[in-house]
Amino acid sequence: MSRITGEHHALRKFTNAAFSAACVVATVIAVVPLFGILYYVAARGMQGINWDFFTQLPKPVGETGGGMANGILGTLKLVGLASVMGIPPGVLAGVYLAEFGQTRMGSVVRFSADVLSGIPSITVGIFIYSLVVLTTKTFSTIAGALALAVIMLPTVTRTTEELLRLVPESLREAALGLGVPKWRATLRVMLRTAAPGIAVGIMLAVARVAGETAPLLFTAFSNRFWSDSLLEPTASLPVQIYTYAVSPFEDWHRQAWAAALVLVSLVLILNISARLLVRNRVRKQ
Amino acid sequence: MATHHESLVRPRPKWLKPFGSEVNWGDAIFRTLTLLFALVVVAALAGMAVQMLKASKLSLATFGLGFITSTSWDPVQDQFGALPFIFGTVVSSLLALVLAVPVSLGIAVFLTEMCPAWLKNPVAFLIELLAAVPSVVYGLWGIFALAPFMREVVEPALEATLGFLPFFQGPAQGFGMLTGAVILAIMITPTVSSVSREVLNAVPSTLREGSYALGATRWETLRTVILPFARSGLVGATILGLGRALGETMAITMVIGNRPQMSASLFAPSYTMASVIANEFTEATGDLYLSALAEIGFLLFAVTLILNIVARALVWRVARLPAGGRL
Repeated sequence: MSRITGEHHALRKFTNAAFSAACVVATVIAVVPLFGILYYVAARGMQGINWDFFTQLPKPVGETGGGMANGILGTLKLVGLASVMGIPPGVLAGVYLAEFGQTRMGSVVRFSADVLSGIPSITVGIFIYSLVVLTTKTFSTIAGALALAVIMLPTVTRTTEELLRLVPESLREAALGLGVPKWRATLRVMLRTAAPGIAVGIMLAVARVAGETAPLLFTAFSNRFWSDSLLEPTASLPVQIYTYAVSPFEDWHRQAWAAALVLVSLVLILNISARLLVRNRVRKQ
Repeated sequence: MATHHESLVRPRPKWLKPFGSEVNWGDAIFRTLTLLFALVVVAALAGMAVQMLKASKLSLATFGLGFITSTSWDPVQDQFGALPFIFGTVVSSLLALVLAVPVSLGIAVFLTEMCPAWLKNPVAFLIELLAAVPSVVYGLWGIFALAPFMREVVEPALEATLGFLPFFQGPAQGFGMLTGAVILAIMITPTVSSVSREVLNAVPSTLREGSYALGATRWETLRTVILPFARSGLVGATILGLGRALGETMAITMVIGNRPQMSASLFAPSYTMASVIANEFTEATGDLYLSALAEIGFLLFAVTLILNIVARALVWRVARLPAGGRL
């Protein structure tokens, strides 16, 4: 009894309290930069943003004013095309893993997807550069979108697999019992049931590539003019933020913050609505 | 019992044997089609390895192993050595781990062992949002907020207190190794903490309860029961964080100062492998220059590939990773 109430006990209680406090402090420390960044982006971005930002092209170096209409279009082109090239193959590969993936082949694919998702995005840029840009002899929207698609692919694949696995087998059995062939049961019953969850995963993947900069530097490159072609170099918001941020011009810094505000809003809206979609589904069940 | 009996299902033609065991044509086509797309994933990884090796062939042939030990980076003389960049990448990433791992473990413990249920999801979500902010926005914030703060507050304070160490000497510039490491640490914290959380969640609660029942405090339970069980998974989480830090490009390029030198002082500018590729790849003139940059990319690719394999193997011993998340 004396041991429990004595000094030893006090020491144990103190160590535990100190440790618990350290954990709380760590959590607070980690959340501080998030609010710091969001505050900066909101405050400086609001100062910098105006109508011209959305409608004008960049002015020649040294002149103030102008906007990033070309960058906004470029980001939409790149992300749209990357989604077209990255999502369907990713979903089908995920279907393969969920339906036929308990084989050695399945393990190889799963392993590749996991490893691919940890590869630095800048090396994806070098890959697409030597594969596409060197072959076509020009930087282009297609090259940039292909790089983004490679980054999306493993995420979409693994999300699709995991969500298909969550669908109860009894649904499939019911379909098969009605005489539906396996492939139709997979597409019309399993995939349809899992679709909302997969959509959320895809939103997160899109949000991630929308802010990617490094792989675009030498695939999509940049372009100071309006370009709606897919075969020309194109501007994009992330690359423009980078170029403007490291430039010495005050007015470009202002526009970099404005662009950051647009980009961060886009990414946060995608993330938060994905989160809300998941929560509503959980509530319904 | 009859040795031969009629099947109710239409038998499958023999010549279709090599294509699989499906009776239904649609099934065979469906399986083949999805397999083709699954192979795209494998092909992307293999294609990357091959293309990058091909792109760096010239540099590999010219410099051989000397490439990673030479410190001269002189495009005019066509002399390329990657050591300053390897140094910058390794030091900034390790420093980032030193800063990020204790904080991340603290978060993981807070969220799994201490946090009231209503607070769990909001806090976890806020930390995941840190991972959602684009790298280039971190860089922008780094240039205009973090670097001045480091120059005016953190670096002078470090010099005043720990200035007798060679790491904390020299002019406080704001743009340098230390600022780079801090920004990397912020960026990898979500990765390390969310994987650590998965790992701690996978520790059977019976172990925890047994320890508490014996009168152990939270700290004692963690140290004597949970950590031994979760150790390999937590090491895996750390290595995944290291892999991310090594390959991080935009944010660190914008704050590390981009000078290929090896200085003991953490205040001095440095240069990382990813940064030199980002800065010089489009401007590189000459095949050897481009090939040298590609070889740096190949080294980065190979190292992160190995780290990822090791980390996933370690984490899988304890817990399943969240679906397809890029960690």
